[in-house]
Amino acid sequence: MSSDKDNSNKISSTRRKLLMGIAALPAVPLLASTGLFSTPAMAQAPATSAVNTTGLAVTDTEVTVGILHSVTGTMAISETGSVQAEKLAIEQINAMGGVLGRKIKFIQEDGASDWPTFAEKAKKLLVNDKVAAIMGCWTSASRKAVLPVVEQYNGMLYYPTFYEGLEQSKNVIYTGQEATQQILAGLDWVAKEKKSKTFYLIGSDYIWPRTSMKIARKHIEGHLKDSSVVGEEYFPLGHTQFNSVINKIKLRKPDVIYAAVVGGSNVAFYKQLKAAGIDLSKQTLLTISVTEDEIDGIGGENIAGAYSSMKYFQSLDNPNNKEFVAAFKKMWGEKTVIGDVTQAAYLGPWLWKMTVEKAGSFDIDKIAAASAGIEFNKAPEGYVKIHDNHHLWSKARIGLALPDGQFQVVFETPDLIEPDPFPKGYQ
Amino acid sequence: MFADYSLAELGSIFVMQGFAGLILFSVFVLMALGLAIIFGQMGVINMAHGEFMILGAYVTYFTSQFFLNYIPSLFGAYFFLAMILAFFAAGALGMAVEWLMIRRLYKRPLDTLLATWGLSLILQQLYRTVFGPREVGVELPNWMMGSLPVSEMVEVQINGLFVMALTIAITVAVALLMYKSSWGKQVRAVVQNRVMAGAVGIDTEKVDRYTFGLGCGIAGVAGSAFTMIGSTGPTSGQLYIVDTFLVVVFGGAQSLLGTIASAFTISQAQSTMEFFLSGSMAKVLTLLGVVIILMLRPQGLFVIKVRR
Repeated sequence: MSSDKDNSNKISSTRRKLLMGIAALPAVPLLASTGLFSTPAMAQAPATSAVNTTGLAVTDTEVTVGILHSVTGTMAISETGSVQAEKLAIEQINAMGGVLGRKIKFIQEDGASDWPTFAEKAKKLLVNDKVAAIMGCWTSASRKAVLPVVEQYNGMLYYPTFYEGLEQSKNVIYTGQEATQQILAGLDWVAKEKKSKTFYLIGSDYIWPRTSMKIARKHIEGHLKDSSVVGEEYFPLGHTQFNSVINKIKLRKPDVIYAAVVGGSNVAFYKQLKAAGIDLSKQTLLTISVTEDEIDGIGGENIAGAYSSMKYFQSLDNPNNKEFVAAFKKMWGEKTVIGDVTQAAYLGPWLWKMTVEKAGSFDIDKIAAASAGIEFNKAPEGYVKIHDNHHLWSKARIGLALPDGQFQVVFETPDLIEPDPFPKGYQ
Repeated sequence: MFADYSLAELGSIFVMQGFAGLILFSVFVLMALGLAIIFGQMGVINMAHGEFMILGAYVTYFTSQFFLNYIPSLFGAYFFLAMILAFFAAGALGMAVEWLMIRRLYKRPLDTLLATWGLSLILQQLYRTVFGPREVGVELPNWMMGSLPVSEMVEVQINGLFVMALTIAITVAVALLMYKSSWGKQVRAVVQNRVMAGAVGIDTEKVDRYTFGLGCGIAGVAGSAFTMIGSTGPTSGQLYIVDTFLVVVFGGAQSLLGTIASAFTISQAQSTMEFFLSGSMAKVLTLLGVVIILMLRPQGLFVIKVRR
């Protein structure tokens, strides 16, 4: 059966054109009986006219989706993993027979770390290529640029990054955590486990760290007993000199350094902390911006002992994840590491496939309506489910950074946390 | 903000803060020296300075990997070899660039801005394609990490000391080369009057190529040293370029002493303000201060008087 499918994939381009031409005809079953197109997958697949009423790039054998990430420019460091995960998921789905009997074909566009480029490429994917869904964006800035485009042209965006919340759209599925899912459980844990009372907040200076820190501060001051914030600092993106703030931290002696420093600054921050003699096995540091990807650049020996608050770690011990890690390494090399966002990006194509199958259609409106309640049992992070607000129910986990660049999971919430992109009392 | 602390604590924090300022000063000088030679002495605005630094960082990374895999017993000393290799790699690339591109642009200094900016983009993408888009972690020998405890509160970073020593060594070497050697005399002659220097028999093309190579080589060493404190990735060079130009322009483009004085002023101002204000605010105020001083004194802090 699988070899038959492979053959159907190799239909020549002229025949494919012919197929597209007759796709609208209800006579496809008749043609199939002539023996010309008698592959099993084709016979099972519902007619294109029935599953695609809005003119998306869906043929009898293929459906096209877009991948939109930065593979050039400063964000390429972070977005590479997401691209790899999405390609892996698409390959696996195709190996299982595709979506509604159609193989997924992807068109990859480069956002080039430039937000207007993201918007332009999203428009190209939706208007010219008529893609059935876009897996893409990474930074909040790129998502904010793409959002009006997917809303105007009625597309579907699967967005992988943990982000600051305060957003919800019919046209976007957020497969990462919104801020409260990532922050609150972590703070509760550190307050309880480490008996921490004083917190020093430090982040890069843009929307995500600032919104996250605002939520963290409200939680520390309002919900944790006798706890206080003894310092809050932001540094420009790309800042590389942290000695002054490290001195300030030494002076204030906070129980916890709570960090959301990103990009190249991240590396400088941890190297300089270590050089300044701050021993992370004695000084508790909890970060919301370091995954296995970042540790590649920071160096495991520089950050060992720090805690990271995420929903996924590569070391998670469950059968789904073991399978996922093995498949990922087989496709992209033994040395690649998998961070939180990479896993979330992997969920995108799967959630889309299941939604399409539930809706029985590729139509955007039907997918948007069918998304709520979609459950994915095979997610590497464990069971996830799409909420009515298009975010995922997910667990929060705390990982302890080890010298080899991996995390040891030391805590996970017993239940899935409900996504709450507009948290009351935290704004 | 100091009411809650004892005198001893305050004293040691000020010592530490002074030391932090000195480290920043050394980092700035090291970043700016290569550019001071290229921009100051040759008038070429080298926007790809950061990428030459990152080449040095990558050389360091590969040297460390080589030692780790083949001669782990000598790992503790690899950094010195890495710096030398970084100097020659970045210098060689610099000379090639000068020969291919820069020498055609000496009469159009503003165009060098655009050309070298394009070069920086090309190099970034080249690094990304060849070395991969992810950052690499350069492993340091143990003796270079951590800090020396002087007292209970005061700790001196070893890599900070290392950068300081390196900065002093390179600054002295460059000063000797520029002001004591006959080659330095030729460089200065070419800078002051290219036509006249050529007329008295100086091979101006050769002088240009070696000067550019020297500047890039020093950038490579700086990049190698910065693997201790910063990140190594295709675009990491961009993190340094603004500060580097700031230091060189503020100091007065043609004066080595000016570069050092300006690095000192900016680093002390920034590290002090970072301590009392927030990080972003310190940066804003530093830039504002530099802009105001440059408005009042467009030629920079120090300037060589030349009859044109």
